[in-house]
Amino acid sequence: MASVMLVSLLSMGGLSLLLGAGLAYASKKFAVETDPRVDAINEVLPGANCGACGYPGCSGLAGAIVEGKAPVNACLVGGPAVAKKISEIMGVSDTGASVERKIARVLCQGGKTEAKLKAEYYGVKSCRAASMVNGGPKGCPFGCIGFGDCAKVCPVGAITMSENGLPVIDEEKCTGCGLCAKECPKFVITLTSVKNEVHVRCRATLKAKDTRDVCKVGCIACKQCEKACPFDAIHVVNNVAIIDYEKCRNCMKCVEKCPTKAITSAFAKRKKAVINDNCIGCTICAKNCPVNAISGEVKKKHEVNEELCIGCSICAEKCPKNAIAMVRGECDIKTGSFSACSVVK
Amino acid sequence: MKELLLIIAGSVLVNNFVLSRFLGECPFLGVSKKLETAISMGFATTFVLTMTSVATYFIQFYILEPFGLSRFLQIVSFILVIASLVQLVEMVILKTSPALYKALGIYLPLITTNCAVLGLALLIAIKRYNLIQSIAFGLGAGIGFTLAMALMAGIREEMEFGDVPEALRGVAIVLITAGLLSMAFLGFSGLIPM
Repeated sequence: MASVMLVSLLSMGGLSLLLGAGLAYASKKFAVETDPRVDAINEVLPGANCGACGYPGCSGLAGAIVEGKAPVNACLVGGPAVAKKISEIMGVSDTGASVERKIARVLCQGGKTEAKLKAEYYGVKSCRAASMVNGGPKGCPFGCIGFGDCAKVCPVGAITMSENGLPVIDEEKCTGCGLCAKECPKFVITLTSVKNEVHVRCRATLKAKDTRDVCKVGCIACKQCEKACPFDAIHVVNNVAIIDYEKCRNCMKCVEKCPTKAITSAFAKRKKAVINDNCIGCTICAKNCPVNAISGEVKKKHEVNEELCIGCSICAEKCPKNAIAMVRGECDIKTGSFSACSVVK
Repeated sequence: MKELLLIIAGSVLVNNFVLSRFLGECPFLGVSKKLETAISMGFATTFVLTMTSVATYFIQFYILEPFGLSRFLQIVSFILVIASLVQLVEMVILKTSPALYKALGIYLPLITTNCAVLGLALLIAIKRYNLIQSIAFGLGAGIGFTLAMALMAGIREEMEFGDVPEALRGVAIVLITAGLLSMAFLGFSGLIPM
């Protein structure tokens, strides 16, 4: 008995020792020189492997950054925080031009109840396949088909399909990787900056009558938004309204006017100007307000008419005393009642 | 020579490791979503299976049996050898062909715990093959595994477009497919009288 134990101990111990030594030798012999910075960067990257940066996964980007092919702020998902850590590893100063966080927006509201179908579709349940059959079942050739290819491709599960057959994007979860935008055969999803609050949720360049025929919530190119915009930021081009986000100040005037509700925004969260006691009554704000919502006498504290204020923040930018804060609140446009809930810079 | 061909044909078709012996089901179900990766996995496993057949042959007939240890140290020693072998293969591939290493990715280290590899080692011991026969058996097992993976991946790629009933979507339909595939492979049992 003792000899069996001894033999097994010796043979197994010897075998493991041999294999261990072999592996140790092999790891020296076959050692691949890797830059330690690659591993370090890989550590700080989010590890979602979403591919939004254009490289195959996070390790691919880490390699590209070390080789100098990609900038330190190439990771869209990680944002400025990750860019800062990477710049520390790389020993370069972060250029500061951090990539603005973008999120996906669905530019179609034509769900089952709003948009008409031109045919019944019984094929493969995928938007891409359906779009190949005479442009898809929807009457509108620009509309969301609604089989949820975008939801399937989303790596973070930020997209769910509503009962109405439209994708709903969870703005908190969305990392702005853009995979859904690439997947959509109708180009219904686009990435825009998280700062943009107003969106024309229609891409149909059909003539007004044709749009009205196929969809209740399509842009009919009535140009009312164009007239309403105080900043010349929205224009009807090719039968559909397009917002110039360089000029748009999220005032939501166009949203108020749009007759088909094709333009949307988080209306309840519209910003409002509030003047505090620092006001010296210089009247600069009143002169600059595009909707004349500010009134007051010279050298006296000015007042904002909350019903008129559209939250464009021009007064806050112009005020020499920083006496105006933009407050985001739960406001009811009809009654004008307004309770401040958060201050917006 | 005829015997070697029989061993290979037997392990590829008649006693296919995945479809008749039911070994290595985990990668068979887990990595068979895309044809490309399934075939890569198949090749990696074939490589490891062939290497294992050589290594375990020597362990079994030159260490375990002469000392009478094969009854209770077989599995432990085989696992030990397989694990180190996979590690070694990983290092060598990384050094010699980074492209192949990237293509195989995570599947390479996963082969360590693939029961087809351990099954092969134990079968070699049971069937008392000689060195050449062992290599042929390992190679055949690998080809059979790759074949099963490729078949399954091909079917699953097509199935993506099919209208599968709600309740059967996902793993359920894959298991049913695997069962049908396995029954189809039973037809080969008439090929060689074993």
